[in-house]
Amino acid sequence: MSIAEKSMMSDPSESGRFGEFGGRFVPETLVPACEELEASFRQAWADPSFRAELNQALKEYAGRPSMLTECYQLGSKLGIRLVLKREDLNHTGSHKINNVLGQVLLAKRMGKKRIVAETGAGQHGVAAATAAALMGLECKVYMGAVDVERQSLNVFRMKLLGAEVEAVHSGSRTLKDAVNEAMRDWVASVESTHYCLGSVMGPHPYPWMVREFHRVIGTEAREQCLERYGQDPDVVVACVGGGSNAIGIFSGFVDTKARLIGVEPAGGAAVGRGQPGVVHGMRSYLMQDEYGQVQEAHSISAGLDYPGVGPEHSYLASIGRAEYPTVTDTEVIAGFQLLAKTEGIIPALECAHALAWISREAPNMQGQTVLMNLSGRGDKDVAQMMDVLS
Amino acid sequence: MPTTLTTLETELRAKRDAGRKLLVPYVTGGLVGWTDAIRAAAAHGADCIEIGLPFSDPVMDGPIIQQASQRALDDGATPVSILEGVRTLDVGIPLVVMCYYNTVHHAGHERFAAQLVQAGISGAIIPDLPLEESALWCQAADDVGLSTIMLAAPTAPDERLPRVCARARGFVYSVGLLGVTGERSTLAATATELARRLKQVTDVPVIVGVGVSNSAQAVEACRVADGVVQGASVVRRLMEGGPDAVGEYVAEVRQALDTL
Repeated sequence: MSIAEKSMMSDPSESGRFGEFGGRFVPETLVPACEELEASFRQAWADPSFRAELNQALKEYAGRPSMLTECYQLGSKLGIRLVLKREDLNHTGSHKINNVLGQVLLAKRMGKKRIVAETGAGQHGVAAATAAALMGLECKVYMGAVDVERQSLNVFRMKLLGAEVEAVHSGSRTLKDAVNEAMRDWVASVESTHYCLGSVMGPHPYPWMVREFHRVIGTEAREQCLERYGQDPDVVVACVGGGSNAIGIFSGFVDTKARLIGVEPAGGAAVGRGQPGVVHGMRSYLMQDEYGQVQEAHSISAGLDYPGVGPEHSYLASIGRAEYPTVTDTEVIAGFQLLAKTEGIIPALECAHALAWISREAPNMQGQTVLMNLSGRGDKDVAQMMDVLS
Repeated sequence: MPTTLTTLETELRAKRDAGRKLLVPYVTGGLVGWTDAIRAAAAHGADCIEIGLPFSDPVMDGPIIQQASQRALDDGATPVSILEGVRTLDVGIPLVVMCYYNTVHHAGHERFAAQLVQAGISGAIIPDLPLEESALWCQAADDVGLSTIMLAAPTAPDERLPRVCARARGFVYSVGLLGVTGERSTLAATATELARRLKQVTDVPVIVGVGVSNSAQAVEACRVADGVVQGASVVRRLMEGGPDAVGEYVAEVRQALDTL
């Protein structure tokens, strides 16, 4: 906590602001629930017994700490030292488990019997369904109908884990609409249900709470880098949809001299457009038209198909501490294959965005140490890529 | 309580104090037939009309109003085109808008408030702008005499209700149930419970909306409340039967309320 208080990534203001971003723009019905959640999280996070319980689950169930893997072949090919933080090796195959274990433990502590969640690629949905199964909570996952189609394996996984999956047919039928539907469910079920939001977005306290649950990524990575290389990396790279894996790893390095790079898909560049808006309970950069209608994002990876971004990323961008470049789907497909062929690691399509940026920018980073958060494994994307590459 | 009442609130209080139950139909702006639907509703006993400005991500709305919003957007409706349509209306009762906050935020508080006033709008309901986030907008609205209608929800603890009511202008929108807009087979117990709690702490008109689905439920709610909003039930009729169906329905609810 003391590090957080002094850091550039400290606790948000009382109104849940990171600079001018964040806040709590929710229907009146949900205000007491957000207040209750904030108070419960504050209390739990300061309670050593809660932290011990979570740490035990992270260690014995999720498999933390996740290891650091240096990519010797790819690194020498690119002229950089490339190091991966292996969140793909966590139970359920991504970093998402860090957050859901925290939230589900908190939900139980708050006496909730049921959780709802939204999901894009299905990684958060699978993680939420997993944690719910583990802790004996009922779980319902909302998923855009388009994503249900392209991530059918994860849909089946969630059902195996005992969750109910509802396809959302409104709007763009992707992650944004899954969030809307999960919020509608929560408005109606708030007394018994916790909304297990999957990224560093939404109304206060979610962006802050979810960051704290993912802080472990950055804390571990910093210690591992110092131990192995005796220095901090020069560049820290992660993909950004809502931005939870990026926030997690950035939190460990925001107070170092490392460049922080959050890679957005070209078709979902919320920060790149640089226009603040309010949706899903937060003020943040948002893709929108001239009347404030939220635009549809387009990305080859369902997990990054989101027109907004977590408010703390907007803040880090606005003060110039982190950069948010974009990559195209074509570059992503190349990055996906590159890691598989050179290192024997199949990355999630989301993480292939970070790889795509690294391989494009490597000429400008010669000799530098580049730490990338490999936030998920690519098994879920194999069927889709089989179609793309054939 | 403000030192001077807004024109909207003055008018609604006068009707309420004269013993009339207030009837507020909701019409999605930009939906085929929407201006005629407003005229029909006004002609058949509405006291105020709520005009929805369609938004891409309406989190407080259920399937009917979502569908209506999407249709209107697909037909090219924008806040500007709807406010132009509003200017052509001369229906003799106050009109308010219901819009999500990004519409306001994107236009800018002062500019949006001015646009509403210029179009002849008397108030605004912004369902995703709770009390804690409302100060800037409320100031801009107050400055031009526009009423900000605050929502109160069944989940609010007792201490919160007086604070919500103190900030409400025109009327307090008493959310009838835990959930989103849409028709239900029965009126939720929360509808009258919350209206009763609000009546105990405020003299501002208390109008129940969300889940008040027919004339019988409207009567039930108005045994406690000062009036009702009729949303999905009106919009469904507009989509299925056009403006005449809206007029007939509003007349039916009016007649039922007048028996109280």
